[in-house]
Amino acid sequence: MRISTFFYCLRQGFQNITRNKLFSLASIGTICASIFLLGLFYSIIVNFSHIVKEAETTVGITIFFDEDISYDEAKMEEIAGEISQRPEVEKMVFISADEAWNYFKDEYFDGRTELAEGFAQDNPLAASASYEIYLNHVEDQTEFVRYLEEIPGIRKINYSEIAVRGLTSVNKIISYVSVAIVAVLIFVAVFLITNTIGLSISVRREEIQIMRLIGATKFFVRQPFIVEGILIGLIGAAIPLAVIYYIYENLVRYAADRLQLLSGLFVFLPVGQIMAVLIPMALGLGVGIGFFGSVFSVRKHLKA
Amino acid sequence: MITLEDVSKTYETGSRAIRDISLHIRQGEFVFIVGNSGSGKSTLIKLLLKELEPSSGSIVVDGLDITKMKRKKIPMYRRNIGVVFQDFRLLKDRSVYENVAFAQRVVAAPSRQIRRRVPEILNMVGLAGKYKSYPRQLSGGEQQRVAIARALVNQPAILLADEPTGNLDPENSWEIMKLLEEINRQGTTVIVVTHNREIVDQMQKRVIAMKSGKIVSDEEKGGYTHED
Repeated sequence: MRISTFFYCLRQGFQNITRNKLFSLASIGTICASIFLLGLFYSIIVNFSHIVKEAETTVGITIFFDEDISYDEAKMEEIAGEISQRPEVEKMVFISADEAWNYFKDEYFDGRTELAEGFAQDNPLAASASYEIYLNHVEDQTEFVRYLEEIPGIRKINYSEIAVRGLTSVNKIISYVSVAIVAVLIFVAVFLITNTIGLSISVRREEIQIMRLIGATKFFVRQPFIVEGILIGLIGAAIPLAVIYYIYENLVRYAADRLQLLSGLFVFLPVGQIMAVLIPMALGLGVGIGFFGSVFSVRKHLKA
Repeated sequence: MITLEDVSKTYETGSRAIRDISLHIRQGEFVFIVGNSGSGKSTLIKLLLKELEPSSGSIVVDGLDITKMKRKKIPMYRRNIGVVFQDFRLLKDRSVYENVAFAQRVVAAPSRQIRRRVPEILNMVGLAGKYKSYPRQLSGGEQQRVAIARALVNQPAILLADEPTGNLDPENSWEIMKLLEEINRQGTTVIVVTHNREIVDQMQKRVIAMKSGKIVSDEEKGGYTHED
């Protein structure tokens, strides 16, 4: 293809958009709305699963040993070594009886160390050496606890069933809902852009007829419409990206300023991290919707 | 140049538009095809442009059997045939210059050639001064000249004109016919479908008369002898 032909097609694509202003605007509007919602859901979901991930790391299983083993570090290490071989295990943290006492002491006596001095020589938690086990996926916890129960020498297993169940189902719901919403939005956007290009084609039906009689190749006839579709897709993606960037950045700043109380609980991901995924995703989607929308439409309207 | 052999076209509705036509047109000829509506002349034009496929028979244009042509080759084939219609079919949102240049762009002509050829051809049809005008600002005769310029700018070997004077007054009709004659004199094979009796009678060219899908007469230097 000649360069001049390429630019001609490009120019025609631009002109098509301005020729059917109303429909181009409608198409751009729907793609904007779809991609804005996509970006919105994405930001929420990513932040939410970030929180969930954070929460997951605090959910661990604590095991205590039978009293005779609790004084025998070598024996405890042997059992722990066996457990840590399991693929589900992310990490294990050993808490010795002294450490356990120190934690407890700090929290219980709240700095009034003189009260605890009576226990100095005789650790009341002497048999409380323990391991905290963190799993890669909280979903595996129930299975894993069952496995731990089988191991001789373990006296007690502490874990939170409710926390696990909650996190697991939240994770699942989030991924199902987001996939469903995005699928519907893409479908709607493709449908709308197909109509816009279809209109653009029927407005130019006569021109296309003339082009074909003069001897235009299918490629030449099709190209401006595909350019039009891709442009609509790109514009439709760029606008919501800018809006989301603006809103998100301000929201993060606002949260940091005003909601300091929550800051420990709730940490927003930085805007850069969100946009790094969102920009290529939205632009790719916009171009894809525009391209396939016009290809479908051209195929439907330019038969024969 | 153009040879039809035992060509028939029956539409899906069952109507037989063309029945067993055989015809030969030489290179550089000027031919009128006459007949009333329903005689099959429009179908004949569409067959030559490969807008329609014949039900049977063969059509050879410029040594190429177009009934066996692959779809992909159709655009290239059509570049060798200029077409002019009764209703001009200009692009209303573009200037005279752009309408003619459009045909060049379609065949991916280089920009330099477009800038040279378009004024040249507009000059030839006598519209050099109106290249900036839009179709609605022009008279019917002028619009048809633009259409002819567009048909010729790619230098086709054949010019097909389907009722080119159908929408024009007698004076403008004559201007257009003179232009077509001039084009023919420069070597282009010209085929004009018409039912303008006066013109056909005065031009004294080859006249092929059709009726009910058949050729009923074919005379060199003929007149519009066939009765409607």
